[in-house]
Amino acid sequence: MRRQENTTKKILYLIKPYMHLVILSFVFAIISSALTLYAPILIGEGVDLILAKGQVDFGGILTILKRLAVIIAITSVGQWLMNLCNNTITYRVVKDVRTKAFSHLQKLPLKYIDSRQYGDTISRVITDVDQFSDGLLMGFSQLFTGGVTIAGTLVFMLAINVKISLVVILITPVSLFVASFIAKKTYTMFKKQSEVRAQMTSLVDEMVGNQKVVQAFGYQKKALERFDVINKDLQKCSLRAIFFSSITNPSTRFVNGLVYTGVGIVGAVSAMRGAISVGQLSCFLSYANQYTKPFNEISSVVTELQNAFACAKRVFDFIEEEPEASDGEGSVSLEEADGSLALNQVSFSYNPEVKLLQNLNLKVKPGQKIAIVGPTGCGKTTLINLLMRFYDIDEGQIVVSDYDVMKLTKDSLRSNYGMVLQETWLKSCSIADNIAYGKPNAAREDIERAAKAAHAHEFISRMKDGYDTIISEEGGNLSQGQKQLLCIARVMLELPPMLILDEATSSIDTRTEIKIQEAFHCMMEGRTSFIVAHRLSTIKEADIILVMKDGNIIEQGNHEELLEQNGFYAQLYQSQFA
Amino acid sequence: MKKLIRYLNDYKKESIIGPLFKLLEACFELIVPLIMADIIDIGIKNRDLPYILRMGGILVLFGVLGLVCSLTAQYFAAKAAVGFGTALRRDLFKHIGELSYAEIDVAGNSTLITRMTSDINQAQSGVNLVLRLFLRSPFIVAGALVMAFAISIRVSVIFVIAVPLLSIVIYGIMMITIPLYRRVQKGLDKVLLTTRENLAGIRVVRAFRTQKAEKEQFGEESESLMKVQLLVGRISALLNPATYVIVNIAIIFIIWVGGREVYEGALTQGEVIALVNYMSQILIALVALSNLIITFTKALASAGRINEVFALKASVRSGAGVRNSAKEDAPKVQFKHVSFVYKGDKSAVLSDIDLTVNKGETVGIIGGTGSGKSTFVNLLPRFYDAAEGEVLIDGADVKDYELNVLRQKFGIVPQKAALFHGTIRENLQYGKEDATEEEIWQALRIAQAEEIVQNKQNELDEMISEGGKNLSGGQRQRLTIARALVRKPEILILDDSASALDYATDARLRRAIAESTDDMTVFIVSQRASSIMQADKIIVFDNGRIAGIGTHRQLLRDCRVYQEICSSQLSREEVARHA
Repeated sequence: MRRQENTTKKILYLIKPYMHLVILSFVFAIISSALTLYAPILIGEGVDLILAKGQVDFGGILTILKRLAVIIAITSVGQWLMNLCNNTITYRVVKDVRTKAFSHLQKLPLKYIDSRQYGDTISRVITDVDQFSDGLLMGFSQLFTGGVTIAGTLVFMLAINVKISLVVILITPVSLFVASFIAKKTYTMFKKQSEVRAQMTSLVDEMVGNQKVVQAFGYQKKALERFDVINKDLQKCSLRAIFFSSITNPSTRFVNGLVYTGVGIVGAVSAMRGAISVGQLSCFLSYANQYTKPFNEISSVVTELQNAFACAKRVFDFIEEEPEASDGEGSVSLEEADGSLALNQVSFSYNPEVKLLQNLNLKVKPGQKIAIVGPTGCGKTTLINLLMRFYDIDEGQIVVSDYDVMKLTKDSLRSNYGMVLQETWLKSCSIADNIAYGKPNAAREDIERAAKAAHAHEFISRMKDGYDTIISEEGGNLSQGQKQLLCIARVMLELPPMLILDEATSSIDTRTEIKIQEAFHCMMEGRTSFIVAHRLSTIKEADIILVMKDGNIIEQGNHEELLEQNGFYAQLYQSQFA
Repeated sequence: MKKLIRYLNDYKKESIIGPLFKLLEACFELIVPLIMADIIDIGIKNRDLPYILRMGGILVLFGVLGLVCSLTAQYFAAKAAVGFGTALRRDLFKHIGELSYAEIDVAGNSTLITRMTSDINQAQSGVNLVLRLFLRSPFIVAGALVMAFAISIRVSVIFVIAVPLLSIVIYGIMMITIPLYRRVQKGLDKVLLTTRENLAGIRVVRAFRTQKAEKEQFGEESESLMKVQLLVGRISALLNPATYVIVNIAIIFIIWVGGREVYEGALTQGEVIALVNYMSQILIALVALSNLIITFTKALASAGRINEVFALKASVRSGAGVRNSAKEDAPKVQFKHVSFVYKGDKSAVLSDIDLTVNKGETVGIIGGTGSGKSTFVNLLPRFYDAAEGEVLIDGADVKDYELNVLRQKFGIVPQKAALFHGTIRENLQYGKEDATEEEIWQALRIAQAEEIVQNKQNELDEMISEGGKNLSGGQRQRLTIARALVRKPEILILDDSASALDYATDARLRRAIAESTDDMTVFIVSQRASSIMQADKIIVFDNGRIAGIGTHRQLLRDCRVYQEICSSQLSREEVARHA
């Protein structure tokens, strides 16, 4: 409950800049709802002037109708303006939240992002924000008017006739009760349905997603059998869920009918006794119709709002997530590293219970090549994470150019590394913009020079739009190797003093692979380079080989030294060509 | 939608009863204002209390009847719609199962999955709504009009003007906003793409220190999304006020004209009230109809997409069968001038491939991406059909075999190591339903996967989660290899399926396969020269053509492409050592 209050407070805080609009919206809501309620009274008065043959007061009717016309005009303009206010508030607030969430994403520590599925984070920034917007809009537009309408109707009704009002007041809650009763009953059915649907989706996902395997093993018939079982189940659940939920409308309509009839009978009797006029009766009848509507709507608005609150909470949780530690006071900006690097007694683990790197020492002189080798999953990326300060070490010290990296600004440290990862990442924009990613103002000649140095110029020129070719989502129109060449070109443009390179294991064609090798060589010239290596030639040429296993560095030295040690590296080396 | 209507055939009764009862209910609703008019004109005028109560009773009775009718209608509509969805879903699933690789490539897996799930759900709720409401709303509008005419022809002129006007306003606004909503969706997609991109590339973004630029880009996209949303909002905000104005102006006229009619004695007071009521009913019905149309257009779009899948026809069809399948002297596999082109591609992926492979041989296949390696092996079990030429297995054209007989000969390990939700045992029995414990363990041993299973608490009964997420890439690959080996295939195809294995395991695996499978013909597709160096025969692919066939030694001497590959991957000594 407290947390709910908290969320409310935060939402109110977000709305604050638009308070003037909220007030306007509220004023318009009151005006239009009150006038909407006044219209039936006028209509009733008009009807009262039409008694029977020869008994019609045309003059009176004309005055009333004129008044009615004015009221209609004001009401509709008021409604429209209210809607405009609500739209503006909602979409602006939502834009603010969305932008805030995205900026926060840029500040979050890698630890947060790595430990969660992308889908979860994306749904917080996009889907939850969207749902929140829907709920907010509905809340504004219907909660205001609904409340005003209910209150107004009560006042107007009581002012005309207490007895008939009581009929309405007493029967209406029945409709609410029925609606919420059905909603509660159907909730479990819908839950069941979505469970079965989830089963169905995951089966379809598996079978259709891996259609080729299914066919290779002739599993179609078995798959269909499994499908049929779930499908039958789904049929049963869906029928129940759909039917019971579709009862709501007729049932509430029935209760509304009862209200209408009740008003009709009591009203008619009162009219017969002369307590009210026929026109007032017709006014009551239209109130009876109007009064139940906001009640039904409000019950659905409440569920929608609850949902919106839940979504808002998830978004707020995300925004309030602890950001990456900012650079400490007095941090130095490292202009140009000399290429020397040392690890002194470094310990690190992702999870305090699972020890990973322990008391690691390493000395790298400017221009040396360090190959990192080991079986898949041995933790090669951990080292990259620490060098780039994507993660911070637990104990010890990393020294770059005689500076403890903790005393350097993160941005300046990172600017001294050029990074080419095996998981290539390109933006969906033009090739030129991708190459100039780190240097947006780079001249076209510089971009082309970098591309040439990365052996990417050739294939880029062959494309229809050359450097202006737009790369589709996740680089769909490029081959894996071409993507990697672009990533290399991206680094070439800046060419910082230290490099982190990740050799591709597979899925690159040989010719391109040769080009990548050459590009790597050209880059590494005179630069301190860390290479996650798979190729024996690279490994052998390295000044230092770090052999990793199960997250830790178990051996260190050059090729000959390590072979002499006859340890894990020697075993790895021999097995490859045995 | 038309083509899919046949799935309602089994639910004809329901599809007729549903709307029918809905109409009955609408009739009861339409009569209410008339009865109320009678209460006013007769009951109140004559101070007839029993009449008022009697009419009140009738109103309640009609209410009850209406409720019963509409519940009946809802039930039958739901039954028909769900039945429709179920039958359609089954057929589509079956249809997808029969498609061949060529069609799956064109359609794409994720598309097929959305067709199976959300599109069918959408179509199903479309059917449900149509059965329930599509007749009802027009019927109420028409009914209210008829009632108005019955009460007073002169006053109903107002209806004749107001109803089309209302329709134009409602549908006009819809027609303007629906395309705009598409723009909103596009804006949302853009924002989504940028978010996903930034998540995936977060390391690069930080390495290049471009957080600010990314924020700016997102800010712009977010801003333009907001602008479209505001535009749509402004237009759709007109709907309520506009309809309100029209209906109430109509009511003003009803009272004025009605007043004149009453003055002349052609109409009663109660009837004027009834006419006002009918006007309101029409408005409600039209708004309901507009919502329905939105759902219906969505359902139609879904139906269209589902039909697109049905329109795909399996290009590979089972052959008539081959009688004496194994000709003793025939080579195991033979390609005669085979060419292949992917649908939609201009140039051939394979052209004029001609070769023979004998029983028991191990064949290594190497070449760059897109050189045609995978396509080559996919032609063997007829995942695709050759465009030209013949593929023969045991001396018979693959097109003559019955499809399941042909595929029974193969054990295939695809590039993507896909396992299914279920126990390890169930996964291995994919290949051979009645595989014994012994056969399973033997396959695991060859695949170097024995240890993986032994380390699991429940051994063979350990559950594998969806997609094999609880296993590492290397473990998954070894289990998929075991799965292919369980059926003791005549031909084993390893399609770049050891890429996640370290060199040592890869080497052990190849040795074990070579040792334990004398009769088996093995095709190993790989990017690594070291994986295929010792094969009996190496086929080097380059741009869809065979650049060379031979042993490592022969190829090193004669084949330029092979030399290039080796020198890029192996150090000089390694190349030499095996040469």
